[in-house]
Amino acid sequence: MTTAAHSVVEPSPRSKAIAGTLVILYAVISMIPLVWIGMTALKTPSDAIAYPPKIIFTPSMAGFCDLFTTQSRQTEDYIKTLPPPTDTCDEITRSRGLVTAGPSNFLPRFFNSFIIAFGSTFLAVALGTLAAYGFSRFKVPMADDLLFFILSTRMMPPIAVAIPIYLMYRELGLSDTHLGMILLYTAVNVSLAVWLMKGFIDEIPREYEEAAMIDGYTRLQAFRKVVLPQAATGIAATAIFCLIFAWNEYAFAVLLTSGSAQTAPPFIPIIIGEGGQDWPAVAAGTTLFLIPIVVFTVLLRKHLLRGITFGAVRK
Amino acid sequence: MADIRVENLHKSFGDFVAVKESNFTVADGEFFVMLGPSGCGKTTTLRMIAGLELPTSGAIHLAGEDVTFKRASARDIAFVFQLFALYPHMNVRKNISYPLENQGVPRSETRTRVEEAARILRITHLLDRSVSGLSSGDRQRVALGRAIVREPLAFMMDEPLGALDSELREVMIGELRALHDRLGATTIYVTHDQTEAMAMADKIAVMNRGSIEQFASPQEIYDRPASMFVADFIGDPAMNLIPFQAGLEVGQAHVRIAGAEIAVPTIREGVAETHLALGARPEHVALVDDGGLRGEVYGTEYLGTHQVVTVATYEGHVRAIVEAERSVRVGANVGLTFRPERLSLFDRGSGRAVSTDWSLGGPHHG
Repeated sequence: MTTAAHSVVEPSPRSKAIAGTLVILYAVISMIPLVWIGMTALKTPSDAIAYPPKIIFTPSMAGFCDLFTTQSRQTEDYIKTLPPPTDTCDEITRSRGLVTAGPSNFLPRFFNSFIIAFGSTFLAVALGTLAAYGFSRFKVPMADDLLFFILSTRMMPPIAVAIPIYLMYRELGLSDTHLGMILLYTAVNVSLAVWLMKGFIDEIPREYEEAAMIDGYTRLQAFRKVVLPQAATGIAATAIFCLIFAWNEYAFAVLLTSGSAQTAPPFIPIIIGEGGQDWPAVAAGTTLFLIPIVVFTVLLRKHLLRGITFGAVRK
Repeated sequence: MADIRVENLHKSFGDFVAVKESNFTVADGEFFVMLGPSGCGKTTTLRMIAGLELPTSGAIHLAGEDVTFKRASARDIAFVFQLFALYPHMNVRKNISYPLENQGVPRSETRTRVEEAARILRITHLLDRSVSGLSSGDRQRVALGRAIVREPLAFMMDEPLGALDSELREVMIGELRALHDRLGATTIYVTHDQTEAMAMADKIAVMNRGSIEQFASPQEIYDRPASMFVADFIGDPAMNLIPFQAGLEVGQAHVRIAGAEIAVPTIREGVAETHLALGARPEHVALVDDGGLRGEVYGTEYLGTHQVVTVATYEGHVRAIVEAERSVRVGANVGLTFRPERLSLFDRGSGRAVSTDWSLGGPHHG
């Protein structure tokens, strides 16, 4: 063959180039807000609101300092009477006519987010997997109706149930508690988990469990040793979806938490109110807030990619 | 090792009856094949014996013990699935040893038994491989290994060769039968493939629509089909079923079809005038120039060792196996004669075979 055969499957170099450019362009556009947040986090408060926006600037830790500490404004004379600053943050703060008053609530709030998001994800995935296994393997009376009912819990916007939940939580003493938030996010996520996991478990031939049961294992043992390892991909994908929801959830968090169980999303905007519009501090909080979910997703991304397309094509 | 006795086994899913009042006994050490088209209830029967499905009614006895409602794990039966069901997250050795792990077999004994099973199945070199890279033949050997390593009371096999290509299937038929001869374990084997059934079985149950049509040895089933369904299902090409209408009297030894007088085995039961069919295996049909049942050659299939000639008669197509050398012209007017002592007669209404000297076990038993 002297000329390259035209391939039906392989796209031409030209269309590949165009597609590549489009993808890169889209990626860049999507990344701009993230880059903007990252840059703002490293600016000084005055650079952050400068117009035209500064693309090139001297990085500053002011945002992070403001995020992790609370400050109070003092006279220059008072600041001069203080002992020399103990760390960089002190220095930056004092240069702006402020003194560090103590640690902010950011770390505890961040920690709350961690406990609530991972706790509810674990519960939702565990319950969802068990329920999905039941729906997948047994003849459940009115299974279709039940599944629809489970899905329907996600059909209304959270605000529609906000008031009853608020009242219920107040009565039950679950307002502003970790347990309350974990239960709430679990309840929301479990429907997603059941539906996703049912798809994954349906794909696992039941012969595997049957083989294990014939080989002398109980159903629960077969589930644990044969089904679960094969459902790992689905579990990972489901966990990521649940975690993203629980981690990012804002409306219920604003409504139901204010103190000890407050998560990061309602806390970060509050920073704006403390000592003027402190955009670098907000951006710093947002940047840190993004990291866990990025790490989690990167760790499980192989599963996630397989998970999303899993079952899309019948073998 | 054990015998398996099935009594009035019945299974329905809602309105659908999967297995109808089944009764049979598999003797200790027998290779028993349940044969039938898909949906005939053979797999459901097997699954009930294994404990993967509970019967609606009836009883199953394994080695004399009633196991009807016992859990699958408590029955000491090994099961080989069509799709192998090898655990993808374990290697070959782990797959084979998995049943032993649960029985608390000491590690050294497990090792010996796994290696012995692997040796029998000639997969020793694969023991430390992952199952995902194996060919389907090797996968099936591993699945068999997992079954035999337990030394169970009985083996259940659900179309174990169904996923293999035809060449490998032939090899595995030989291996399975050899394995059975060696282990002597009671085996129930489900298939829709008559070649597998005929080649391996000691006893075959031909099933259709949830009922056992015939339970007999392969020879018996081939030679003396108990029903039109069996006659049609077994044999390739299938038995010719030539329709005619007549009444039969005890002692009668011929029937008349389209003017041709055809000798048949002596009738042993009277049948009032009704729709009947004459069953003749293609190898028992001969082509003649004069006389016989007249027809026109419709087509020939040359198969090397012989050829299958299809003749269009007024009563439908009739196939004959004739020697390969004979030249047969399409469109030629020919006569068909039949080997009298090997013919079967069926009542087309009920589908059952009419009792004759032949159907009752040959002319000498008459």
